[in-house]
Amino acid sequence: MEAYTGSGWLLTKLEQLVNWGRKRSPWPLPYGTACCGIELMCALASGYDMARFGAERPSFSPRQADVLIEAGTITKKMAPILRRIYDQMAEPKWVIAMGACACSGGVFRTYSTLQGIDLVIPVDVYVPGCPPRPEGLLYALLKIMDKIDTEHPLRGEIAGLVEGK
Amino acid sequence: MANEYAVNTGHSTGDYVTINIGPSHPAMHGTLRVIAQTDGETVVKADPEIGYLHRGVEKLGEHLTYHQFIPITDRLNYCSAIANNVSYEMAVEKLMGIEVPEKAQLIRVIMTELARIADHQVLVGILGVDLGAFTPFFYLIIQREEIYEIFEWYNGARLTNTFGRIGGVEADLPDDFDARWRELKPNLLKAIDETDKLLTHNRIWMDRTIGVTAFSPEDALAWGFTGPCLRACGVKRDLRKDEPYGLYDRFTFDVPVGKNGDVFDRYMIRMREMEESIKIIDQAYAMYREMAPDAPLMAKVPKTIKPPVGEVYHAIESPNGELGFFIKSDGSEKPYRIKIRPPCYMIYQAFPELVKGEMIADLIACLSSLNIIAGELDR
Amino acid sequence: MTMDLLKGVSNCLGPLVIASSEFRGDVTVEVPKARITEVLVRLRDDPALAFDFLVDLFGVDNLDLYKKAAKPEKKTGGEGDAAEEPKPEGPPPPRFEVNYLLLSLSTNRRLQVKVRVPEDDLSVPSVTGLWKAATWPERETYDMFGIRFPGHPDLRRLLMWDEFPGHPLRKDYPLEGRGEVRILRYE
Repeated sequence: MEAYTGSGWLLTKLEQLVNWGRKRSPWPLPYGTACCGIELMCALASGYDMARFGAERPSFSPRQADVLIEAGTITKKMAPILRRIYDQMAEPKWVIAMGACACSGGVFRTYSTLQGIDLVIPVDVYVPGCPPRPEGLLYALLKIMDKIDTEHPLRGEIAGLVEGK
Repeated sequence: MANEYAVNTGHSTGDYVTINIGPSHPAMHGTLRVIAQTDGETVVKADPEIGYLHRGVEKLGEHLTYHQFIPITDRLNYCSAIANNVSYEMAVEKLMGIEVPEKAQLIRVIMTELARIADHQVLVGILGVDLGAFTPFFYLIIQREEIYEIFEWYNGARLTNTFGRIGGVEADLPDDFDARWRELKPNLLKAIDETDKLLTHNRIWMDRTIGVTAFSPEDALAWGFTGPCLRACGVKRDLRKDEPYGLYDRFTFDVPVGKNGDVFDRYMIRMREMEESIKIIDQAYAMYREMAPDAPLMAKVPKTIKPPVGEVYHAIESPNGELGFFIKSDGSEKPYRIKIRPPCYMIYQAFPELVKGEMIADLIACLSSLNIIAGELDR
Repeated sequence: MTMDLLKGVSNCLGPLVIASSEFRGDVTVEVPKARITEVLVRLRDDPALAFDFLVDLFGVDNLDLYKKAAKPEKKTGGEGDAAEEPKPEGPPPPRFEVNYLLLSLSTNRRLQVKVRVPEDDLSVPSVTGLWKAATWPERETYDMFGIRFPGHPDLRRLLMWDEFPGHPLRKDYPLEGRGEVRILRYE
């Protein structure tokens, strides 16, 4: 029983397998709204080539995406739409806040700018910079991979199965 | 029954479908939104909604000093930040009555033209992507990275450069600009040539662009078009020629003009403008090399910019068209009112007129070819 | 050259010119608000001037300027520029102004036309009939300052969302806003 519900050998190995799979294919949802979107484009294109890290397919549909890369300013007018996009993404999902505007509002401390997207959606990795270099974004993607490694995707489900829930 | 075959047969079914495109849509470049009403696949009415990137730049400008506003201008048209910087600085210089040293002006010309090439490369690349041709984007973006490297090595930033100061530029061109430019120039020409070979005479490309969203010069002028979109309609108007600012009256270059004002002409104008920009950089660099190495880069500018009371408007030919700054000063160290005249704001308001009666797929082609940059559109 | 332009404009408009000024080569004429359409038509159709291109249209809120001018000037020395500012005499001038930037494509000359808009009558006749280019700028001016443009085909907010209270570019509106939040309800 311990093998299935606790941190037993079988479960951990299976979890490692699942995490390995998830880690190697974080499909990004490029949500570029402003200047950072251009750097995001550079990171995706030749030269920096984000596909090296398994982010091969930029998924423009939230339904098939794993990592929401929010690049650029989110205004108050845009905020509900961002929230909706996030809600539409299937679990598991991660969020990268790219750039100063996404992290904290950046230089735009004004009436119309949202002071950081974490007011609307949870954020996993913040990338500072205005805009950050593509290397910064790639590093954030690697951080997301590290984070995936530490997660236990199956624990709750297997325990539920065993207990007949 | 007939509805199934209602696609562009010229017969209206009277059964309109409202399609919401954006603001989060791969072809909507971030934050644009168009609510289109279609009859089959034909657009009956398109209503663009903007403001999803309205960051309050003009209001912010009223609370910052003249120097502090320069970095904010970077974030207007972020594809060619340097053109925005130069436009704003020239407006403040006009307000202050400052004469900029010639060497600084030459550096400005070189950098602005590089920014123009970078901007046009994005446009052509993205236009290709939106129409299904991915390869030119990769070809162009490699050269664009090299331009970015020049920017970065000049002042440390790739995209938002905060180039120049009020009264001049902050630094001389580094010593190895010559080597860099000699390496970059043939590569740029090669990339343009490759893109040209891939796209211009491509049957699919021609079908998707020629005659799509054609616009007459009268309409274009009435809607306030400027820049490549106006020149595509056949109006030869370029502020670098018509109201020469800086040193532009000393360079010889052509102003390419289109005929129909369709997507193809807008594309071609940009392709040819890149070549003209390379010519301008060559001439400007030749002039730069004749200058004394210790020639001044900055005019005499007081530490605190406190212009006299007054209102000025100054515009330059940015990659997108006429980019103007209206500054009203009340004599204090902060501008009283800054109004930015972004080129694509005027162009985008004609969008319903442009796409009326076109196919829904052409709506995307038209939008890409106009080069709508949300940052300067919404400010 | 600017003198020629000023002379030409006053010849063309005659008594319609309330005030005119020239600063760094930019010529500004002020005209009565109610007759702005007539003024712009005349400037456009005058063969010598031919201001046939509307570059931009925007509002300005002069509230702070008058507040500042109402206070006695305390600074001395080196502030000759600030002291040149005309002190308002008589009734306070109208709070808002709408500026029209015109361009002549044939002569490449520019002109700024200005109308004053008092706070109790926030409306300026629309010029969308002359230039379609005024469509969005007028909407934006309505959005940012609350100035209405009778005759505009579709006067809605442009940049802020429809339910937004207030007009952000007014001088009495704080930079960081009043805590407005957009709430979207999906069906």
